[in-house]
Amino acid sequence: MTELVQTEPSPAPSLGTRVEIVPIFLFAAFAAAPLLATVSGAEGYVLSLLTRVMIFGIAAMALDLILGYGALVSFGHAAFLGLGGYAVGILASHGIDDALVQVPVALAASALFALVTGAISLRTKGVYFIMITLAFGQMLYFLATSLAAYGGDDGMTLPSRSLVAGFSVLKSDFTFYWICLLCLLGTYAFSRAVVASRFGRVLRGTRDNATRMEAIGFRPFRFQLTAYVISGMMTGLAGCLLANQAEFVSPAFMTWQRSGELIFMVVLGGLGSLHGAIIGAAAFLLLEEFLPEILHAASFFLSDEVRDHLAENWKMVFGPLLILVVLFARGGIMGLLRRPRHG
Amino acid sequence: MTATLLFVQALNGLQFGLILFLIAAGLTLVFGVMDFINLAHGVQYMVGAYLVAAFSAWTGSFGWALLLALPTALAFGLLLEAIVFRHLYDRDHLDQVLATFGIILFLNQGVKFVWGAAPLSVPVPELLSGSVEIASGLLYPVYRLAIIAAGLVVAILLYGLVNHTRIGMLVRAGASNAAMVSALGVNIQRLFMVVFGFGAMLAGFAGAMVAPILSVEPGMGDNILILAFVVIVIGGIGSIRGAFLAALLIGLVDTLGRSFAPNLLRLVLDPAAASQTGRAIAPMLIYIFMAAVLFFRPSGLFPVKR
Repeated sequence: MTELVQTEPSPAPSLGTRVEIVPIFLFAAFAAAPLLATVSGAEGYVLSLLTRVMIFGIAAMALDLILGYGALVSFGHAAFLGLGGYAVGILASHGIDDALVQVPVALAASALFALVTGAISLRTKGVYFIMITLAFGQMLYFLATSLAAYGGDDGMTLPSRSLVAGFSVLKSDFTFYWICLLCLLGTYAFSRAVVASRFGRVLRGTRDNATRMEAIGFRPFRFQLTAYVISGMMTGLAGCLLANQAEFVSPAFMTWQRSGELIFMVVLGGLGSLHGAIIGAAAFLLLEEFLPEILHAASFFLSDEVRDHLAENWKMVFGPLLILVVLFARGGIMGLLRRPRHG
Repeated sequence: MTATLLFVQALNGLQFGLILFLIAAGLTLVFGVMDFINLAHGVQYMVGAYLVAAFSAWTGSFGWALLLALPTALAFGLLLEAIVFRHLYDRDHLDQVLATFGIILFLNQGVKFVWGAAPLSVPVPELLSGSVEIASGLLYPVYRLAIIAAGLVVAILLYGLVNHTRIGMLVRAGASNAAMVSALGVNIQRLFMVVFGFGAMLAGFAGAMVAPILSVEPGMGDNILILAFVVIVIGGIGSIRGAFLAALLIGLVDTLGRSFAPNLLRLVLDPAAASQTGRAIAPMLIYIFMAAVLFFRPSGLFPVKR
């Protein structure tokens, strides 16, 4: 059983056209969604939900880059969401409200934090790595709660969405949607390029067998750290977008539960395929959004009071669902889409 | 004044550290023996607190409530083991993290479902209410002293159990090489079950003990779980002795840091800036401490020899 897991081949370059259909379909769906949103009548709601899906898609994909391709289980990735968000919020509260300044600052802050914490964390292995990334995430969380000047526990409301080169183009939900889609496409293409490059191959090599990679002359540490920094920066970008989407930042961006949710998105979608993470994020957020209603509808045979109670406590269904996915749906949603290889 | 304050805060830190130890002891054994990350350990602490709240409302006596809550917490731990955890032992850490995360979601909502979202309070037992004068003009609540005493007694019992009994020997052997213990003819599944149930009971006991001084609410186990992880990582996974020392260290660093960091910073900064940065740094202290420990000793202060 365990042997099978360890010898599972890394995704070969020739995945076949069958799987490549998935990302094309995925991005086509995102591109078509605004049109459908206009038709549906609840335009604002649909757009903001899908924008959130795309933003978390970027974050989950960034995590997949180190989790799926590097086997680095970072349990503090929400910290980067917070870093991106707070970079936007803090700069905006000082009157610097242009994204052309905010985003580079957020990326630099994320890169620096990833570099320092990554260099320390990567000295440890396995469980210790999970725990130390968690500790760094908590550190930033508590720092944010104590920033009294920037809202402390309660967080702060942004005066408005960021400007771009002095123009308030993000004000329109439609434009903001397209910008997010552009970011998602950009980070996806970039991640694909990273994974396909020599760097990506070395990273996968260290995931499968670090000792062997060392024996043939690579230093896994440098590759893992670089991947960690790239992943942190991408998540930081998602944080910038998230702050703009909500027009609000708070320490709740970076609770450890949020980090756990990010991991869940990646695993739900399927490890190590990048677009799987986006699908996972979509499935997670849509489930979170609609599970109460689904439960309400599915329990039509029960009394109204029980139905309301059930919908209110949807997390009692969500939790076991998570356990079932882990126990029975190995490979996540992408695993179901892919042809079974091992029989 | 500062000396008395220091003393009181040190006692608070000791009490907090001992509670942390009760939780971390079970966690480090489960971690060490089964190589299993149990995020749901924190909700077992919460369940302990809720059980005591429910039983003390029912029986009207904290003592009876405690007596009833402990076996219930044990049974609950064994139930969770049989339903979920057993199927995760040979999975990788990622799967374990996720599945136990699911249990957290379920139980945090579950207690809301059963007892409502409003915090419950448990009265301090009659016998242990009030305060004693531990130094001239210094009153300290008896109940907090009782927690310290209970924590120390459990620590000593645990020390005896782990180091001087057959089951303890098996647990220690399991922590260094579970496969070998199994090969020598020990029923490792049953050992896992015992360790698991015992750990759940200890966490439940910790929750029960703090129920009268904290508010019993959903999610109360989430933050303390993270602290317990910090403790066992600093102490070295699988080491009870390490967990004990690290728990006391974390308890003291956290409690003293929160009350004295602003004052200490005042020596180098002006008062306003000192209190601001002091309050910012204090909650981060233990994480900085953990990062420092792991930087110099990547497998904790007392690594179990393998």
